[in-house]
Amino acid sequence: MKTTQILIAGFGGQGILFAGKFLAYKGLLEDLQVSWLPSYGPEMRGGTANCNVILSDDPVGSPIITDPDVLIVMNLPSLQKYVDAVVPGGQIYVDSTLISEKVERGDVQVYYIPATQMANDAGVPTLANMVMMGHVLKNNPELTFEGTEATVAKLVPPKKAQLVELNMKALQAGRDYQ
Amino acid sequence: MAERVLMKGNEAIAEAAIRAGCRHYFGYPITPQTEVAAYMAKRLPKIEGGVFLQAESEIASINMVYGAAAAGFRVMTSSSSPGISLKSEGLSYIAGSDVPAFVVNVQRGGPGLGGIQPSQSDYFQATKGGGHGDYRMIVLAPASVQEMASLTVKGFNLADKYLMTAMILADGTIGQMMEPITFEDVQAETYDKPWALTGTKGKRPHNIVNSLYLKPDELEQKNFERYERYKTVEENEVLYEEYMMDGAELCVVAFGIASRVAKNAVAAARKEGIKVGLIRPITLWPFPAKVLRRAADQVKRFVCVELNMGQMIEDVRLAAECTRPVSLCNRAGGMIPSPDQVLESIRKAQKGEM
Amino acid sequence: MAIVFQKPHALTDAVLHYCPGCPHGIIHRLVAEAIDNLGIEGEAIGVAPVGCAVMAYDYFACDMIEAAHGRAPATATGIKRCRPDNIVFTYQGDGDLASIGMAETVHAAARNENITVIFVNNAIYGMTGGQMAPTSLPGQVTQTSPYGRDVNHCGWPIRVCELLATLEGPEYIARVAVNNVKNVKAAGKAIQKAFQNQMDKKGFSLIEVVSACPTNWGMTPQKALEWVESDMIPYYPLGVYKDRTAAKEAEAK
Repeated sequence: MKTTQILIAGFGGQGILFAGKFLAYKGLLEDLQVSWLPSYGPEMRGGTANCNVILSDDPVGSPIITDPDVLIVMNLPSLQKYVDAVVPGGQIYVDSTLISEKVERGDVQVYYIPATQMANDAGVPTLANMVMMGHVLKNNPELTFEGTEATVAKLVPPKKAQLVELNMKALQAGRDYQ
Repeated sequence: MAERVLMKGNEAIAEAAIRAGCRHYFGYPITPQTEVAAYMAKRLPKIEGGVFLQAESEIASINMVYGAAAAGFRVMTSSSSPGISLKSEGLSYIAGSDVPAFVVNVQRGGPGLGGIQPSQSDYFQATKGGGHGDYRMIVLAPASVQEMASLTVKGFNLADKYLMTAMILADGTIGQMMEPITFEDVQAETYDKPWALTGTKGKRPHNIVNSLYLKPDELEQKNFERYERYKTVEENEVLYEEYMMDGAELCVVAFGIASRVAKNAVAAARKEGIKVGLIRPITLWPFPAKVLRRAADQVKRFVCVELNMGQMIEDVRLAAECTRPVSLCNRAGGMIPSPDQVLESIRKAQKGEM
Repeated sequence: MAIVFQKPHALTDAVLHYCPGCPHGIIHRLVAEAIDNLGIEGEAIGVAPVGCAVMAYDYFACDMIEAAHGRAPATATGIKRCRPDNIVFTYQGDGDLASIGMAETVHAAARNENITVIFVNNAIYGMTGGQMAPTSLPGQVTQTSPYGRDVNHCGWPIRVCELLATLEGPEYIARVAVNNVKNVKAAGKAIQKAFQNQMDKKGFSLIEVVSACPTNWGMTPQKALEWVESDMIPYYPLGVYKDRTAAKEAEAK
């Protein structure tokens, strides 16, 4: 029995909720139990946004995450707000283009990814969120990279099929980042 | 097996309603239930006979529901707490006229304009009235996106069966969250509606849909008849879930999203060796009072977990008939208790503290 | 023997509860005659108001529903949107339609909801015993304006037809009266047109019938009808305020 609680946070407009949906769909296609819970309300329009995703072998209890196993942050206020909540042995993913601060905890695995810069370099400036997701997949073996394209295809409206390729580009960049 | 799809709770309600045969939606925008209306606005115009109409107010929309229900159609509206207050007038008329309606309340914190974060503070309003007069509504409290769908279908069926309003009492969390669901179980029942306004076609005396009875003895009789029907509902339609109640000496009672949090706490407490279980009322009216009365013979204490200042706890106390103490673990105003807070309440209850 | 006068088929045999001299009986009859003339009793669904006409469901022989106060246009909308081939009408008073139900009235008109609204304006709340209505005239004495309606304190009477005629939505808006034979005949024609419009799927038609309330006005029936002529009609002029089809035809010429 394994349950992974993933908290994604950043500014509204960074695709935080979309990144969460990606993970939720990835879990769905891998036959896991899944819950996805967004923050909603005025903060969606410019303030901070966050998203709770739980992937589990068993039915999900509370969809509200208080102690994440995995924290993905794309702005400084989010890192400061949630850094201490991560369970010992957990993972923290930091967009190091936007956050220069380092994590001072020694009991967690921290990954610094210049995702915003990488997205710009790859010509997909709005997809830093997916660069982050690519790196998350790399370090979580239960979410293999296999089947990623099918997941993205579920998320993108059929009329915008060209977005599948762009998302894959961002995901691959994140996966390949050393 | 039917395909698992990821859906928001609010969307699941809308999709299930369509599958249950609902072709008419009348509503007015309010957070956090907007997705129900948005989904209906997109889908209904594409379905034969489908009508989505954004009304000028919650009051107008519930009265449109009243008209459509009286015309014999499966119809719904959805709103959130302040909007349900406005709809309460219509809910009373619908009850007094004995027509079936389906209403969704995706609750937010109150009173007044309150907030937009999840809450369960409309428990009293839903189960004890809201509108004026002696009446009941069937109140269904989903705790998952799957139940948002299945209880929607159930709600339409029960409304038609018992000629009353069925209400989904959800909250912002379940409305906004996505979980995988399947739609394989949708069973829309159909009922004859000889009372419906169809036009006489010159073939029968006129039908009258009405809640006015100026002669008190007639009105009393109407109330008696209605409560006979309610009694049947109480006897046949109670729904609840038991979780880890085997050998339990403490019983947590929680519905909706609070039950999800409480389950985490109950599982954690069991790991600590505390013999605790959970009873989750799925129908808030009819309330599973007999189930709780039986549980009172088994456990030493009850702990109510609610997202309000303590509303369902009154029904739990009534059900327990003063045989066992009942304590409250709550947050209000849009806050949600953490599993740790619930666990602490369970530990206290085990020690006999309130 | 030839029958020269009889009760319309669309009225039941129930005895009307209205006060002596109340024109509601005339207006009920005009509505029923229109339904008979158009042969639509079997398709008609009426919506009764809260007010003096609250028991209209007992008087009209078609299917009927009793609405909440002011909500008749919303209830009618619900019915019509489900059953577009039925003929749906509301019968409302001034408090119901122009005070508590003003939002429902305006928005049903704005949507050009294909229903027929019969609006009986007698400038007073009759059923509750003679309180000031949204259409009570300046200076009019009522139970809740015992010193006469003071427009500086409680505002001016609302002219519903003029107000609704500013909207793009509605098809037909007209004001008639039932204070003399000539006006009654014209009122009957207007009411029938309002139903015909719905049958022709033209949309929202509202007929305001300037009426009287001898009981609460404290007048004899005859005096009340004279007051309609001398005081009501000057403030609420009779006529057609909007007729989209006629306007289009005139334009085409």
